[in-house]
Amino acid sequence: MASTSEETPAVQPVAPIQVRYCEVCSFPLEYCEFGSSFTKCKEVLRESDPDLYDRYYSEEALQAKLGTLSLDAQAKLEKDTAKKEAKAVAKADAALKKKMASQVTIKRIERNKRKHVTSIHGLETFGVDLKKAAKQFATKFATGASVTKNPQGLDEIVVQGDVSAEIVEMIEEGQGVLKGIPSDNVVEVEEKKKKGGS
Amino acid sequence: MFKKFQPSTDIAGQTSVKGSVQRSIRANLLSQWNITPETLETIWPKKESITLVKCRDHISIYALHGEPLFIQHFDDPLVPTLKILHKYPFILPKVGIDRGAIRFLLAGAPMMCPGLTSKGGYLPPADQDIPVGRAVAIFAEGKENAAGIGITKMSTEAMKKINKDVGVDTVHYLGDDLWAIEKI
Repeated sequence: MASTSEETPAVQPVAPIQVRYCEVCSFPLEYCEFGSSFTKCKEVLRESDPDLYDRYYSEEALQAKLGTLSLDAQAKLEKDTAKKEAKAVAKADAALKKKMASQVTIKRIERNKRKHVTSIHGLETFGVDLKKAAKQFATKFATGASVTKNPQGLDEIVVQGDVSAEIVEMIEEGQGVLKGIPSDNVVEVEEKKKKGGS
Repeated sequence: MFKKFQPSTDIAGQTSVKGSVQRSIRANLLSQWNITPETLETIWPKKESITLVKCRDHISIYALHGEPLFIQHFDDPLVPTLKILHKYPFILPKVGIDRGAIRFLLAGAPMMCPGLTSKGGYLPPADQDIPVGRAVAIFAEGKENAAGIGITKMSTEAMKKINKDVGVDTVHYLGDDLWAIEKI
């Protein structure tokens, strides 16, 4: 390459710029104000790095930021951000509530007179990886365990054999991947095979 | 394009890319991006082989060790992910939007001309005109880092003249679902 004086850096690879991302909303710090958790982002940054906080949120910085935007538009923007934030908080609350209200159903299903399978439904709401959980059951009980879709089209774990009591115990103790499930939400049900009649 | 994107449902499959195809992609990158072979080498070392992740609507994501590097829709130009662009901001030509348009950009809207031509916006001067259908980095007024990546719908000179309608189509922006994906 015929390198002229201003082209010399071309031979060296250009080092990447490391952009600092916000720990809360994952945006670059300067974009926190457009995220859905601005107040929290601000607090976290103030604690972890006061210098940077000053750079972005001191009085002068705020003034400079206004730039060409009219005050009206700025006010509207702030209102929007506040609204968005409230919405995000409400959404998170609703999700948590739903999680608390949802149940893990452990069902003992009779296959024939002496044999049963156990189906566990509703683990995924508590952030459990179904495949991993099935594997854990399989190794623990030395039986078959699989993730299948039930008639409603929802995923559930089916374990061969009657192991409902043991599974309840495991969930209470929070073994392996089954961590963080409140034991109040666990329900045990028994399902008998219908007699041939109807 | 990535406003709603769920890896579990939207990814059709992953394949590794043939060597000859990789060579042509590499050549494409070098011609489409403002990047030297040496810098590209640090992003995507020659020895490493990338995987092609096929997604719905003809979107392809090229990933290195599970980390998305660049995306392509149909035969559109190759677009780097924002994380790559933040590291190497010079690889794409720049356009800028004013402060008022940021929130629309971060909601995934295409960028309208007035937001680019107004005082806070930025378009390259006439002698560096960006033609139609090029990938551009969308910068925002008063910010150092890019906020999004788009593909021009009209040349930048035309934007200045017409000053109406969509100027840049937003492909990928801060906070979309692709941004949230660290590993595929």
